[in-house]
Amino acid sequence: MKTNRNIILKNWPILMVIALLTLLPFKINNYWIDVFFFFGIYALLGLSLNIVLGEVGLFDLGHMGFMAIGAYTTAILNTAFGIPIIILLPVSAIVAGAFAWLVCSPIIHLRGDYLCIVTIGMGEIVRLTLINNPFGITGGPNGVFGIDFLSFGGPLVIDSSIESYFVIWIIVGLTILGLVNLQHSRIGRAWNCIREDEIAAEATGIDVRSYKLLAFVLGAGLAGVAGNIYASKLMIVSPESFSFMESCMLFCIVLIGGMGSIPGVLIGAAAISLFPEIFRTFAQYRMLIFGAAMVVMMIFRPGGIWPRKRGAVKFESLLIKAGEENG
Amino acid sequence: MRIFLEQMLNGLTIGSFYALIALGYSMVYGVMKLINFAHGDLFALGSYLGFTLLVWGNAYVTSHVGLAGGMIAAMLIAAIGIGIAGIIIERIAYRPIYSVGRLPAVVSALGVSIFLENIIMVIWGPRYQAYPVSVVPTLRFEIGGIHVTLLQIVILILSFVLLAVLYYIIQKTTFGAAIRASALDRDTAALMGINIETIIFFIFALGPALGGTAGVMVGMYYRQISFTMGWNYGLKAFTATILGGIGNIPGAMLGGLLLGVFEMLGSAYISTAYKDVFVFLILILVLIFRPRGLLGEKVAEKV
Repeated sequence: MKTNRNIILKNWPILMVIALLTLLPFKINNYWIDVFFFFGIYALLGLSLNIVLGEVGLFDLGHMGFMAIGAYTTAILNTAFGIPIIILLPVSAIVAGAFAWLVCSPIIHLRGDYLCIVTIGMGEIVRLTLINNPFGITGGPNGVFGIDFLSFGGPLVIDSSIESYFVIWIIVGLTILGLVNLQHSRIGRAWNCIREDEIAAEATGIDVRSYKLLAFVLGAGLAGVAGNIYASKLMIVSPESFSFMESCMLFCIVLIGGMGSIPGVLIGAAAISLFPEIFRTFAQYRMLIFGAAMVVMMIFRPGGIWPRKRGAVKFESLLIKAGEENG
Repeated sequence: MRIFLEQMLNGLTIGSFYALIALGYSMVYGVMKLINFAHGDLFALGSYLGFTLLVWGNAYVTSHVGLAGGMIAAMLIAAIGIGIAGIIIERIAYRPIYSVGRLPAVVSALGVSIFLENIIMVIWGPRYQAYPVSVVPTLRFEIGGIHVTLLQIVILILSFVLLAVLYYIIQKTTFGAAIRASALDRDTAALMGINIETIIFFIFALGPALGGTAGVMVGMYYRQISFTMGWNYGLKAFTATILGGIGNIPGAMLGGLLLGVFEMLGSAYISTAYKDVFVFLILILVLIFRPRGLLGEKVAEKV
């Protein structure tokens, strides 16, 4: 009983956020629910890029390409073969992940800015190919439309703003749970080690190449999930949604929030998705203010709003023994 | 053969734009290790500045010093204006965060880029603007069966002169040696008595100035400019920089020219719709086999 109470006390800010996010949609109108839905999409994309950029320190400026693969997989398979969205959710993730594995395998040895430009090139190739309508399956610049809603079978169809809001935030929640565990696992530690010093990581026996690829595949898979949800919510996917500019925005989400920090990613996603809405009254000046705010933000908090604390590995068993001896 | 030569010429013209813009990326990267994402938008700003000068000053300048004088004046003033803008941006947006690592500067550069793009939109409006025909030479003629425009020749000569001058400065003068030394190792260069402040001032003035000149040239060549053009050209020029080897000045020139030629030949012989795909594929292939670009030297990893 006591331990349960402690867990609640220790995690009260998280519980507050969960409560707030649960109650919020009942208090705001549909327009703002949709704004918060896109906040959720950006959060999921931010989390997926955070694996690649934040945990492993690989510059990926073409992350929207992976989301595009997921979204188009969903769109094409759903409209052409009528496969339900819920089945396509894992399919999109797997296809996006497989695509990442395929294109990243030959380039994973590139360092820093060279990797950055190759990912930009990859994202652009995906977008331009979609525009050019290969084999007549992507619908060219118009995209694919008429995608079904997400349905759990029977009457449970996600067709209102508030329902899709909960779907995306539940997925974000589950993703965060998984990522927190991953951060504290052997894989997470290996990733951080590579980020801090690649040569040292290799010298201590970490398979740098595989771990980097794993990060790309996982990040791409999550982006594919985001693409699936996005496609079924909007019912249309078109190539403009996956531009280089959007990839840059994802990059900013991770860096504004703080590299490798999960609460940071949420704050960064909020900044990117809510800021332009809040400043809508400034009409054409709002993106001007947005750009300036990014500069000011980096001058005053270069490490991000909520930088990740460097966790020290605790040897809990040793501490208990020491405590017992003293007591 | 005729088509091939014409496409080569077009490719070289576009390539010279890319090369001029790429120099700005490469010089800044060389010394600061910063990808200056705002550079593409400085280029667009230069294009708009040249547009304004040519439209407003058209009657006056052209009647006094002629068509050529008007063009040169527009390029010069755009170059000076964008050079100053480059220095201001460095002071405000980059200087305060050099010390805290590279990534915050990238976000700051993206912020400046969005800011510049939107300031162009607010001032000149979101619609396309067209350079007036009356301020651009429209003469075209044939050499050995190949169609060439006078403007193309002027642009090629001007940009090659600029590239040659810059090559001379960087490779042959003492000041150029100082820039190259700072690019190799900034701290050691400072210990050797090189004034890093001067170098930074110089690269942030000269890079954008060249970009601004290229902006006016692109405006005159295509005669149509939009506030989003900075992204497109910036991305291509950045690709060119990497293709040649980032931080390497002759590499940026070579990369730019090659990229222009690839793009034109690709669109002539393979597919117009896939020309950009073609460009990026070549880049990826080059990087797979030469991970530091065409002219980039292999640098031993420091432990």
